[in-house]
Formats: sequence, C-alpha cells, structure tokens
Amino acid sequence: MSEQCVAKQNLWAKYQKDIADDHYYYCRSCIRQTFFPASERAYLNIMRDKLGKDLFDDPNHTTCTGIAYHSDLVPLQTTETVVARHFALMTEAGYENMAISCVTSFGLYTELLHTWEEYPEEEARVRQYLWDATRREFKKPKNIAHTSDTIYKFRNEIAAQMTRPLVNVKTGEPLKVVDHIGCHYAKMFPTKGVGGAEFPRVLTGMVEAWGGAPIDYPERRHCCGFGFRNYLVMANRGYSVANSKKKFESMAPYKPDFIVANCPGCAMFLDRWQYTIQQMEGTTYGADGQGIPSLTYEEMAGLVLGYDPWELGLQMHQVPVEPLLDKMGIQYTPRDKWTGKKH
Amino acid sequence: MIMQQKNIAIIGGGPAGIEAAASLAGLGHHVWLIEKESELGGHLRLMYNLFPDKRPADEVLQEMLSHVKNQNIEILTNTQVADCKQIDNRFALKTDSGQTLDADAVLMATGYRLFDAARKEEYGYGIYPGVINSFELEAMLKNNALKNVKGEVPRRVILLHCIGSRDEKVGNHYCSKVCCVTAVKQAIEIKRRHPETEVFCFYMDIRMFGPYYEELYREAQEKWKVTFVRGKISEAAANLDGEIQIKAEDTLIGKPLHMRTDLLVLMCGMEADTDEPVARALGIERGANRFFRSADNYTRYNSTNLPGVFTAGACTAPMNIIDTIANARAAAISIHEYLGGRN
Repeated sequence: MSEQCVAKQNLWAKYQKDIADDHYYYCRSCIRQTFFPASERAYLNIMRDKLGKDLFDDPNHTTCTGIAYHSDLVPLQTTETVVARHFALMTEAGYENMAISCVTSFGLYTELLHTWEEYPEEEARVRQYLWDATRREFKKPKNIAHTSDTIYKFRNEIAAQMTRPLVNVKTGEPLKVVDHIGCHYAKMFPTKGVGGAEFPRVLTGMVEAWGGAPIDYPERRHCCGFGFRNYLVMANRGYSVANSKKKFESMAPYKPDFIVANCPGCAMFLDRWQYTIQQMEGTTYGADGQGIPSLTYEEMAGLVLGYDPWELGLQMHQVPVEPLLDKMGIQYTPRDKWTGKKH
Repeated sequence: MIMQQKNIAIIGGGPAGIEAAASLAGLGHHVWLIEKESELGGHLRLMYNLFPDKRPADEVLQEMLSHVKNQNIEILTNTQVADCKQIDNRFALKTDSGQTLDADAVLMATGYRLFDAARKEEYGYGIYPGVINSFELEAMLKNNALKNVKGEVPRRVILLHCIGSRDEKVGNHYCSKVCCVTAVKQAIEIKRRHPETEVFCFYMDIRMFGPYYEELYREAQEKWKVTFVRGKISEAAANLDGEIQIKAEDTLIGKPLHMRTDLLVLMCGMEADTDEPVARALGIERGANRFFRSADNYTRYNSTNLPGVFTAGACTAPMNIIDTIANARAAAISIHEYLGGRN
C-alpha cells in the first residue's frame, strides 16, 4: 500500500461514525423526491428487500424548513419547532434511529441537536413551543445517519448481491467516479460524516466496494454552487453556475465516467448546470462532446444491483446516462425511457 | 571550599541537554546525558543552517559536542528512562537497559515534538507528495535535493506559516516563535540556490523576535524578491501533474487567490513532548500549553514544582537554538546553586 493510501486510511480511521444497523425512521427529502423521486423508492426497496431492514416511511413527516432557514425566510425557532415535531413523530412511532435522505436536513438536525446540547435552555423553549402548538413531546434520536451512511454501512452486503460492478465491460477497467459530498454532510461537523470533511469516505467506500475507482481532483471539496440563495435568488444564479463550472473544469482532465453525489441538490446542479453551460458556451466536459452523467448514490446502488435504469428514474437526468449504461453493459430499451412502460 | 562532586541526570541529548551537560561538567559535577536516539543532537541534527547568520547547523552541533568530551560526562545513547523514584533528596532512575542511576538532581531537556501536519487535514499532508513540512524542506536543502514530485527544480515554492501554532482548532494557542524566521531563512536559501524559483510566504503576522531577524526579513524581500502574502491558505489539493493547487485570501488587498505550486511547505510549530516516564513518575507540573511549567517565569525559570528537578530548553516553551543554549546554561547554574546550597 502506498504512503498516500496509508495516510488516507489513517485519516478515515479518525472519522468512523456510529451508524445504527436497523429500525430507521425515514426522513424524506423535499428536493430529492421532487428531482429524483425514484431514488427514494429505490432506497427503501434496497434497504427493505435487498438488506432486510425495517424503515418507517411516515406520511406525516414534512419539510424540515432547511432551505428556507438557510435563506433567512424562516426564523430559527420555527425551524427548531418543526424539527422537534419530527422527533415527536419518530418517538410516537416507536423508533430511535433516524435515516435522513436530505443532506440539508441531516446538517440541520445535527446542528440543532448540537445547539441544544450547548444551550439546554433553548431545548426547553423548543419543547414548550412544540407542546403549545401540537401537544406533542419528543425524545431525541439515539442515532442520526444520512441515508448514504446506511448504504455505506451495508456496501459489502450490496457487493455480495451485485450483478453489474462499476467496471467498463469493454476495457475491463474500473469506472472512474467523481464523488461529490454535500457541504452540510460533514463540513459543519466533520465527526458526523464518514471519513470527515476533507477526504470524505462515504461515497468512495461504496465506489471501491463495487469495483470503481474514485477520482481525487483539485476542486473535489468545492461546493456545487447550490448554496440556497445562490440559486433561489435569480440574480445570484450566475454564481451558482460558476461554482459548478469550476468543478467541471477541474474534474474533466481525469475523464470521469460519471459523478455521484450524496446530496440531492448537488446531484441536481451537477447535472442541470452541465446543460446550462453547454447552452451558454457550447462547452461539454465528458468524452465525445457529451456531458458527464450525474447520479444519486441510490441510483448507483440500484444499477450495481441490477435494477432497470428507467425504473430507477435515470430519465430524470439532463445529461443522458446511456453512455454510462453502455460502459457497464446494462441492457435497456430506449423507448421505455419516456413511456414509463415495459416493451 | 571544594564542593563534593554531585551526580546529575539529564534527560534528553539535544542542544539543551548537551549545553547543560558541558556547563555542569565544567562546574565539577558528574553528568549522565541520556538520549533515546543513537546520536546526540536532537532536532539540530536535522537542520541545514541556522538563522540569523546562516551558520551551518552541523558546525554549531560539532562545536557543542566537542564540549561534552569530558570525563565527567557519561553519554548514554539508545537509552530511555523507564522509571524514576524520589527517595528523600535523591532520584533513582531506572533505564530501559536495566541500569540504575542514583542522581542528586534531574534536568529535563526533552525538547519538543514537531506538530503533525496531517492534523491540518485541509492541506493533504501525507496524501499529496507535493505537500511537505518544514523539516522535510530542511532535509532537501541539507542533501542538496530540492526537487518537485517530478524530480525537477521547483518553479514555485509556497511556505505556509503557523501550522499548528496560534490555532484554536488544534488546541495550540501559543506562537511557536521560530517558524516565521525559519521560513524566511529557507526562502532565502531556495532563492540563493535557484534564483529562477518563485518563493511565496503566506503568513498571519510576521514575528521577527530576535536580533537580526528583521534584517533577514528585509533581505528576503529586497535582495531575494521573496513575496510575502498576508493570508492563510484554506485548502490544498494536487492536480494531474502533481502540482498543488491552493486557495487563499490576500487579506491586504481583500481578494481571493488561487495559485499552483510545485511544493507547499507547511511551517510546523512545536508541541510539548512532556508526557514521558520521568515527568509522569515524578509529577512534574505542566502549563496550559502542555510544556513544563516554570516555578516562576521571571526569577526561577528553570525550576519546577519539585526541588531537585529542573528544566532547560524547548521542553519549557518553543525556543530557538540561541535561547536554548543560554537557557541550558542558566539551568546548569540553577542546579549548581541548588546542590551547593545543600552542601
């Protein structure tokens, strides 16, 4: 093993978080279920049917208000009370472990729990707000995981059931994968993310377990540009695109086969902004004038487990995924992409 | 009155231990100079030249070593003290080779530990070969082997000050004092050998505390055209060519900076190395900075909380060679007075 690998492993050893191994209260993501609704379905399917885990998908769960909170549209106390209600729903359902689909929510829940630890009087206030508004009480979760943490935890179990490794069937070479971690996953609390903030392990662990080769490129740690206000305020959108562009330019020389992100916003912007840049400047960053397919980690897991690409919702991506499917030797029916039917 | 010869155990054979041993032997005492490595010299052995006069480090070390060729000095290399007991006014030191030393006084001269740059994860030390620490640069200069990762003379070198010093995140509030002037010395040496190489120093403050240090700093700017940028580097990563890409802010002009460099040199500070067997066995007090605490910072600097136990050099605080030599001589006099007092 090279010195560099040893150094990375030493670093990762410092950031091995405790991830519950079963019985999760599932927190859906507003934007993941809008951008990539099949990803959440695939996640539940993989966890329940492939891994035999118990998850409670609660229809009463709502937005955490995270995007509005970070955009200064919702006051902190409102956000805290909404999150407290989620904890109350979890408590009422008899669960103690949370699996959170959205990186913004994961960061927010982590931040609020930390805030309440530092300022118990704030927690007491929020408990009163929740009681006044809903007559609910809550226990704090014993374990909080982002859903990518749980897939990372079971990556070897998934590898044991894998039918299509991350390997180019024509060359036999591992597929080159750019991993992108949402800023709110570990940059605020490095110990809460697998592998820490600087050299995160949560996605590269999956990629390696499933036969692929992660790429470390100079702008790997840079934000995708979503940044809430950057995107939500139209005047700032150029800044959002510029951040993604900086990343594409930095990763392109490594010739990645695809991008995988654990944050729904990042997966979205690293996909859509490629189209935007192509329209604005005529620039593309993949091979043969194509874009670089940008997947969610649920989609990546689904592909290696043999799920049908259109069942996984890969038609929701702006950058066509077919070149990647061809590299992986995945059979698909082109006209099924848009019809929603099997032909 | 002729004083009866006393026995003093000096723990650590770096510059402080060597100088104190020579002084104590000169005063007529018998000294055990105990060094865990195979040679005396400590960190001084690793240095190429010394600020401010650029005198070769080896020349200084050899001159100091010539003073310990004394029949009153017993040098025990490859030796560590495994245990130490105080019995009345005497100290029984047991070495790892099974030898028992009966000492009238103990001098701690254990020096310092170089800050582990891997703890500043954002710079990728140990992961990117183009990121080195200040001692590795010193070794390159000493071995006439200043090269980038491709084995070529570097076109650009960036030295980054304050690694592990004045940094709350790593728990070190103190300034390590010597790193600024070391960077200036190393920058000049690089330019002297390779005038075509661009050299940048990124700093928070420039602290030139010793005589002729400020002059050296001026020389670096005026004669050698070293560029000083006030701003800390936030992140470093390697590109495909092995160059290091850095992000920083030039706080004097208020603008973000992106640069590439062949070598990023991390100017590592000093950390206390005081958690060792003798200190533990005797209960020598340490300060908030984890270095040994002086009985009084003004009048009894070399004394500890324990009569008969003294300190010298960088085990008390970050210290340069010049001050270490003076401090070791002061410690020798303090010990001599203590032993004389007992007579």
